[in-house]
Amino acid sequence: MAAIVIGITNGAFIALIALGYTLVYGIIELINFAHGDLFMLGTFVCLTTLTLLGFGTEVGVSGTPWWALVIAILAAMIFCGVLNMLAERVAYRRLRRAPRLAPLISAIGVSFIFVNIGLFWQGPTPRRFPDLLPQYDFVSQLFGLHTLVRFTFKDLFVLALAIPLMLGLAWVIRSTRMGKAMRAVAQDSEMALQMGIDVDRVISFTFVLGGVLAGAAALMYGLYNNNTVFTLGFAAGLKAFTAAVLGGIGNVTGAALGGFVLGLLASLTVTYAGGQWENVGVFSLLVIILVFKPTGLLGQALGDRA
Amino acid sequence: MRPTLGWWYTATGAARERRIWTTGGAILLALLFPLINGWLGLGWEAKVIPIALFIILALGLNVVVGFAGLLDLGYAAFFAIGAYTAAFLTSPVSPFAFVREGHPVNFFLAMFISAGVAAIFGVLLGAPTLRLRGDYLAIVTLGFGEIVPLVVKNTPEVTKGTQGMNPIGFPEVPGVLFAVDPIPWYYLIVAVLLLSVVITGRLRAGRIGRAWAAMREDEVAAASMGINLVTTKLFAFSLGASFSGFAGSIWASYLQVIAPEQFDFSVSIFVLCMIILGGLGNIAGVIAGGVLLGGVDRILFDWISGIVHGIGAAIGNQDLELTDVSRSRQLIFGIALVFMMLVRPEGLFPSARRRAELHAAEELGEVAAEQERAVFVEVEN
Repeated sequence: MAAIVIGITNGAFIALIALGYTLVYGIIELINFAHGDLFMLGTFVCLTTLTLLGFGTEVGVSGTPWWALVIAILAAMIFCGVLNMLAERVAYRRLRRAPRLAPLISAIGVSFIFVNIGLFWQGPTPRRFPDLLPQYDFVSQLFGLHTLVRFTFKDLFVLALAIPLMLGLAWVIRSTRMGKAMRAVAQDSEMALQMGIDVDRVISFTFVLGGVLAGAAALMYGLYNNNTVFTLGFAAGLKAFTAAVLGGIGNVTGAALGGFVLGLLASLTVTYAGGQWENVGVFSLLVIILVFKPTGLLGQALGDRA
Repeated sequence: MRPTLGWWYTATGAARERRIWTTGGAILLALLFPLINGWLGLGWEAKVIPIALFIILALGLNVVVGFAGLLDLGYAAFFAIGAYTAAFLTSPVSPFAFVREGHPVNFFLAMFISAGVAAIFGVLLGAPTLRLRGDYLAIVTLGFGEIVPLVVKNTPEVTKGTQGMNPIGFPEVPGVLFAVDPIPWYYLIVAVLLLSVVITGRLRAGRIGRAWAAMREDEVAAASMGINLVTTKLFAFSLGASFSGFAGSIWASYLQVIAPEQFDFSVSIFVLCMIILGGLGNIAGVIAGGVLLGGVDRILFDWISGIVHGIGAAIGNQDLELTDVSRSRQLIFGIALVFMMLVRPEGLFPSARRRAELHAAEELGEVAAEQERAVFVEVEN
């Protein structure tokens, strides 16, 4: 049971990162290899922002400095959004007509660059992320039950932030003018261009959107796990990509669902097989899905593609 | 039909003459290298061996990525499988009782078994995944490349886990001391390298090579011309894996200790960088790319580090004195990958065919290329 709560909460970050993959894939069919590392840089932006505001450690801080968290999350969202847009402009845009492998290799290069920015920025050792959220366990303190299962304030915080973001994304795609343009470009970029849609701008916007979600996930990850390291992006990226594929890549609802399913699966693997098998479980799942059902769980529902 | 002696023989006239000279010169240089190294007092013998070994890996990966067009991001997994197979068969810490009790397999036999085991894993991974589109295949191979070192790490009762396996058997040739002298290693690896060049060159020029090229350019057209996509792809995959396994067994014996960290993702990417830099699909280009990248990585970085440290010491700057330039190797590779893709996706020394493919858009004019792409996308979906 404890594994299920941890799984759902971890699933929330994974889902947010997975949305970044799936948005980009849906629109230009590129596996944005650098997305996990973008998320990693996001955690560093949060950490640096909090440090600058005087909350680098929780020592001497009473209560939760909500305003600082708001600034940190905004900083990370803006940073990741802009960086993702720049990466698209520099490394992928010119390759849009090239054979498929060219942008993928370029994305691997961008990923290396991001990892090294992280390495130079915060050094090779894991960094502690301040534990600023209230320590409050709803199960024991509200209901007076003393079990192994804990549903803490942290879990609530992550879900309370992630779910509105997902709904917000769904709203952007479904109901705004830009969302409509995104769907049009995803379906047929040639035709969208002829209908007067500025395809380059729509693609840029998609990258910004993916980056913003990664930035938000970064703060949640930092506050929930209280650590970050420059190699974080690779594993997080692969998990998120697996989640996106699990849900049916290109499908926004699928990515969110896939994130939660994968989070659960990963935490159950940790509980029943040991932490060192977590990534083996995740990758094996990825291989199995790709082999047997490459369209993913919701892959057939093409109507919702973004 | 005239007799064909090598892949370079296909050219004619002056081009052919040039090829014979450059190939002969390169082979001569490779064979005489230990002498030159000794005369000039370079002390590079320990650096050249890994470079040559990685070129063998690059040649194998070139079959998969360059010839057949299948992006494999987990190539180091086969390298690991080869290395661990060799260790299992020859090391006193092997999980096999008969090896532990003093009956190690002859190293040369172990080399071929390692290549065979790697090839089998290549087929096992390839068979279910080859139906996938290119970028999905890349991710599956990436996952495989991650799983193999993790499994090695997590099963210490078989593989000794992170502690690594040590020692590992040596090749046995009467009168040659592999244990103390790097020169026999050098010649062994160069011999394998030359063999790899001949094998991959002949295969490319043959029926299977043309099938790979056809498949790479257009799977549907290739299939309708009677090419069996499954066996053609699987052959490329298992052949590439067997090169990697072969190289892995030599690497294990040369280093005498293997641990899972030696086979992580950066190895796969390093080898991929070699073939992309040199020119996908072109054997001479891949070797040139390997020499260039290996040289930069093993020799130039040390040299620059030395200079930077020297400057740091001279002006009393501690930061400069302790800077390790090779720490930025990944950054430099990353920038190189992006830059190559944007500016020269065919590599520094491309094969003519590959260049034609990559620049089709410019030559055909954008409209025609777009039409072609549109059709292609439709077929893919």
